[in-house]
Amino acid sequence: MSTSVATVPAVEPDALPRRGGSDARKQTRAAAWLIAPAVALLVLFIIIPIGLMFTLAFTDAKLVSPRPPRLVGFDNFSRLFTDPLFWRSLQNTAVFAIVVVPVQAGLALVLALLVNVKLKGVNLFRTVYFMPVVTSIVVISVLWQLMYLPDGLFNSLLAQFGIIGPDWLGDPTTALFSIIALSIWQAVGFHMIIWLSGLQTIPVEQYEAAAVDGANAWQRFVHVTWPGLRQTRTFILVTITIAAMGLFTQIQVITQGGPLDSTSTLVFHAFRTGYAQQQTGYASTISTAYFLIVLAISLLQRYFTRDKEVTR
Amino acid sequence: MTTTRTPGKPTQTAALPEGRSKQRSGWRLVGAYAGRSLALLAFALPLLFMLMSSLKPDTQIFRDMRGVEAFLPVGDISLDNYLAVFERVPFWTFLTNSVLISVATVVLGVVVNSMAAFALSRMVFPGRKVILGVIIATLIVPFETFALPLLWWINKLPYYDGTTGWLDTYEAQIIPFIANAFSIFLFYQYFDSIPKELDEAAIVDGAGWFTIYAKIVMPLSGPAIATVAILTFLPAWNQYLWPLMVVQSEELRPVMVGIDYFKQLNTSWGQIMAYASLITVPILALYVAFQRSFISSIASSGVKG
Repeated sequence: MSTSVATVPAVEPDALPRRGGSDARKQTRAAAWLIAPAVALLVLFIIIPIGLMFTLAFTDAKLVSPRPPRLVGFDNFSRLFTDPLFWRSLQNTAVFAIVVVPVQAGLALVLALLVNVKLKGVNLFRTVYFMPVVTSIVVISVLWQLMYLPDGLFNSLLAQFGIIGPDWLGDPTTALFSIIALSIWQAVGFHMIIWLSGLQTIPVEQYEAAAVDGANAWQRFVHVTWPGLRQTRTFILVTITIAAMGLFTQIQVITQGGPLDSTSTLVFHAFRTGYAQQQTGYASTISTAYFLIVLAISLLQRYFTRDKEVTR
Repeated sequence: MTTTRTPGKPTQTAALPEGRSKQRSGWRLVGAYAGRSLALLAFALPLLFMLMSSLKPDTQIFRDMRGVEAFLPVGDISLDNYLAVFERVPFWTFLTNSVLISVATVVLGVVVNSMAAFALSRMVFPGRKVILGVIIATLIVPFETFALPLLWWINKLPYYDGTTGWLDTYEAQIIPFIANAFSIFLFYQYFDSIPKELDEAAIVDGAGWFTIYAKIVMPLSGPAIATVAILTFLPAWNQYLWPLMVVQSEELRPVMVGIDYFKQLNTSWGQIMAYASLITVPILALYVAFQRSFISSIASSGVKG
């Protein structure tokens, strides 16, 4: 570090005398050059597309079409409200989120408690629990597809107990549940780490004090751990919900929304409409609706969790 | 960023009250390992099953599922599935593409985002707060919501050779993902923690802002660079939806899209597992080698909320 400072003067030796009133202007110009690439790319590939999402939602834009998109007012939105596939997808997405949020958060907390101890080899456990998180969801999807086959791993296991398992992914009553299980398996390690960093902010003294008072493990959890995780809880709730609402890749790789639309989700429906059917306009309407739903839910969650924090 | 480290912080262990008999705590230890090992199996066995199945013919894969053989390298073990993979798809082309796309996105992303964060964190200029606010605000919009409008838009952009539309190019797979609001945010936070006196000293010595950025601040920002690199690399390597939409030519496809080749006619599960292992094992090896950085980087994507 000191060496790099020392080498600096050689670069612009004559910069000193010229510096004076124009200092601020020079700084602004240098800042503009430094920021320009990032800002240009963000505008071009994030801000404009976000703006386009809201605008194209009111047009009949096609993915590939010689003529420019035409404004159609709220036509796409009235179509949305009468689109049975949209409602079905919304319902599937909601079921997925309602199951995944508590189950994944709970399992992740259990895992976090398991690895938050001084125990020889605990690092190995944490490393392995986290492995699915760094594995591609595409790979995990095909792997679980093999395990879910009618004569796959799960049914072979069930057969040991004399149970004839269902066609997990081929049966509309079990398909969404099967997607839920693999999704939790893949992502739970991520939230384990988030819980873990929350657990480590709880002062050891509080546990020691509880132990002195003769509190058992459950009491320590209820009176020390759980209250200490208040902020982590809010964060986990919001992030799992947002991630769950975005369910897509597993569906695209494994079921393509089937059987009988039982695994079609909002993002999958938007993708199917906008890419497979090339209707960018209507897909933007679905995306806009999806965005507003996610935004509303996370605002509500924040509002309610914040409220509780105040009253406690 | 090292908050995920446990050693030296016995939060739950303080748990074991004194005065219990040695035998009891011995059983407790066994129980502690048993529970944790059960969870370990739940995560490790499916991945092990993938690896082992990649070495077996399909008939044996299904036969072995009836017992523990599914997780063991027994029976008719060979690399036939791997050889078949290389015959069936241009694996090295896919791999080169994925490496090229991921590395380019990481390198350009680190440079572009750190430059912007440097100016936002350490320089004074009009509009600084507004720009920072707009960048952070874009974080609330998930990528999947504007992926389709982005596809439409990219299709309309002029390409450097005078044609219209970026479909079927490397650029379409790299350039939209270089600038990243979250990376800017991570760099911004880190740069804020580096004393600004260093800049002042350098300015007195006659250094320009680019010099301060490149020679002083960046060399001090190793951990932030590692975090951004990992958080850019993983999604770039795992890209699936986007290349599926923007790439038609086989010679431009990345590895994840390659998996679709095996799901078309005559599915061979052994080959699928071989291909899945080929594109997963290198990443898992990197993860195990640098697990601390991986875990703390991914956990730092936690502060986003």
